Amino acid sequence: MTVPTAYFVILAALLFSVGAAGVLLRRSGISILLGIELMLNAANLALVAFGRQHGQLDAQVFVFFVMAVAAAEVAVGLALLVAIFRKNQSIDVDRLNVMRW
Amino acid sequence: MLDLLWLLPALPLAGAAILLSGAMRFRHRTTSVVGVGSIGLTLVLALTALVQYAGMHGETVIRPLFRWIAAGDIAIDFSLRLDALSAVMLFFVTFVGFLIHVYSVGYMHTEGARAYARYFAYLNLFMFAMLTLVLGANLVVLFVGWEGVGLCSYLLIGFYFEKDWCASAGKKAFIVNRIGDFGFLLAIFLAFKTFGTVDVAGIEAMLASDPGKFAAAATPIALLLFVGAIGKSAQLPLYVWLPDAMAGPTPVSALIHAATMVTAGVYMVARTNAIFRISPTAMLVVAAVGGLTAIFAATIGLAQNDIKKVLAYSTVSQLGYMFLGAGAGAFAAAIFHVFTHAFFKACLFLGSGSVIHACSGEQDMRKMGGLKKHMPTTYWTFVVATLALAGIPPLAGFFSKDEILAKVYGAGAGNLHSFGTAYLALWGLGVVGAFVTAFYMFRAVHMTFHGEFRGSHEAEHHLHESPASMTVPLRVLAVGSVVVGFAGMGMFGAGRNWFEGLLHHVAPGVEVEGYATSTGIEWLLIALSVGVAVGGILLATRWYFGPEAFVRPTRFAERFPRLVTTVANKYYVDEAYEATVIAGTMKLAQGSWEFDARVVDGAVNGTRHLTVGTSFFSGLFDLNVVDGLVNLVADAYGWASRLLRRVQWGVVQGYALIMTVGFALMVAAALWLGR
Repeated sequence: MTVPTAYFVILAALLFSVGAAGVLLRRSGISILLGIELMLNAANLALVAFGRQHGQLDAQVFVFFVMAVAAAEVAVGLALLVAIFRKNQSIDVDRLNVMRW
Repeated sequence: MLDLLWLLPALPLAGAAILLSGAMRFRHRTTSVVGVGSIGLTLVLALTALVQYAGMHGETVIRPLFRWIAAGDIAIDFSLRLDALSAVMLFFVTFVGFLIHVYSVGYMHTEGARAYARYFAYLNLFMFAMLTLVLGANLVVLFVGWEGVGLCSYLLIGFYFEKDWCASAGKKAFIVNRIGDFGFLLAIFLAFKTFGTVDVAGIEAMLASDPGKFAAAATPIALLLFVGAIGKSAQLPLYVWLPDAMAGPTPVSALIHAATMVTAGVYMVARTNAIFRISPTAMLVVAAVGGLTAIFAATIGLAQNDIKKVLAYSTVSQLGYMFLGAGAGAFAAAIFHVFTHAFFKACLFLGSGSVIHACSGEQDMRKMGGLKKHMPTTYWTFVVATLALAGIPPLAGFFSKDEILAKVYGAGAGNLHSFGTAYLALWGLGVVGAFVTAFYMFRAVHMTFHGEFRGSHEAEHHLHESPASMTVPLRVLAVGSVVVGFAGMGMFGAGRNWFEGLLHHVAPGVEVEGYATSTGIEWLLIALSVGVAVGGILLATRWYFGPEAFVRPTRFAERFPRLVTTVANKYYVDEAYEATVIAGTMKLAQGSWEFDARVVDGAVNGTRHLTVGTSFFSGLFDLNVVDGLVNLVADAYGWASRLLRRVQWGVVQGYALIMTVGFALMVAAALWLGR
């Protein structure tokens, strides 16, 4: 007995929603990065699920790429956050307003 | 030497240039060397040229120096011409000019170094201009010299420019001369239009080829030329500047206003005699103006007390004789009188300068007298020149004046151009003028040299003979006054005298048909002119010499007060000019000024007010309407921008939220609609 694809898609949608909410609503830069990771992995989950349904491996290859890019993105993002913290003593994104009109 | 003719005017010009470029910083000695040396060199060159020319049997030498004016049909060379006429002029201009330069060294030595250098610079410049005038081969070059001598005359009359009346005299001479010069200029234009050339030789050739063709055109040209001569040679009615010109230093009066420049008019008439001779009207006008001026100026000379004024009016009068001769067709006689007059009148002026020098600048003859024993050289040279002027044989003035009167009588008796009566009347005026001349000149001699000294004791103490630099020129000129007349000694009966023969091929006399000169008539005319001269001298001696001196003149003045005051006031001619021409000019100037101030300035100011008014309104329009529109556009943008910038409030999460929500809404809408 196999788990139906719809379950995976629903889980992916939930995970994506949680991630999007984190990105949109949280003030902490770390939380935003975490939200982005959640959204990426939700997309990965959906890709893998659809790949299994169709019996193809293409999706799995994509997921590897996505994970590699996500790792790079997190490395850059965290480095930015460290730099911002050193300058502002805070990673609250609302306070990153020096270029605002 | 004849190829180096250009050196003659060039040397004095160089002298003037050196003196002027030295910025008048030369000392007296340097100035004398340069100023007199340049003229001395010119004299030597001129004499060399004349000796060489004498061997050429009277042919005309023309030396074009360069093409001066070339425009369309006009081609005028700067060319010099030496013929018998210019040779005569060249001789006495350089000779008398040199003597007067030498004399000036003594006369002007009290001037400061700057004024001394300025004086000699102007005098050299004058010699340059005069030689250009004399040697010019065409009317335009002649005109350059003509204007040049006018300029130098102005500069030298106003030499003591710090004195107001001297500066005014210079201006008067210049302005009056301008009137004549304008006539001369018009004559040149007209001559060019008529003949197509301004070359004297060219004009003569055209007139010789077809005299009838130009007969009508000749009269206006000749009359306009004569207007120029009237101005330069101080004839009625433009003579007024010459007596005032005595404001200049006395050597200047001798050189410019007696010997050379003022005779330029006579020279010009003789030079263009080809035009004059074919116009009987112009000839009569020349003779009439000359004859009237001769008697008019002579009578004014009767009542002058300034020694230089007497000589000035005498000069005007003698110039009148020259024109009288020229107008009667005796061009050679006129030039002969120019020639002899240059000697004795220069001698008289230099003598008067010597007297003025001795009297510490006093020119009034009433404060002189008895100078004979203090300055013997001046005295006898003055007397010799006076006798020459009065026309006592065998002195120079006798031959030339008698020649003129004889020719005028001939023109009258032979009914020249059917104007016989007029010429006879003019001859009568000339004879009376000779009497008056003798009288006023001896009046001057008696008042100056005879009797008792009437000046102050200090002045009497100061009386002295002048230095050698002044007396030597006087002696030379006195000798000249005696001998130069023999050049034109009359040959009784037919035939021309030597001087007339010399000029015959350049300025031949007008033949008077129907008059044959005879020995008897010539003797009669000589006896008459000698008679009136001796009569004038005797009357002057009776009135102004001896124990009863000044008694008769006083009695005469008491009996005819109106006549005497009128003559003493020079017939009120200056006053008449003052009242008419000068006042008219002033009124015209005042009127023009008022027109300028009221109408022209009014129009200008009106335009200004109009412009200010319209500018005010267009300014308002600009400020409100145009700027308003521009600002409205700007405001509209600002207002819209203020509204729109609310969308970008800078919170990136907000943008993302809107994007997400919008996306969600669009998905929802798509799902809803695709159902």
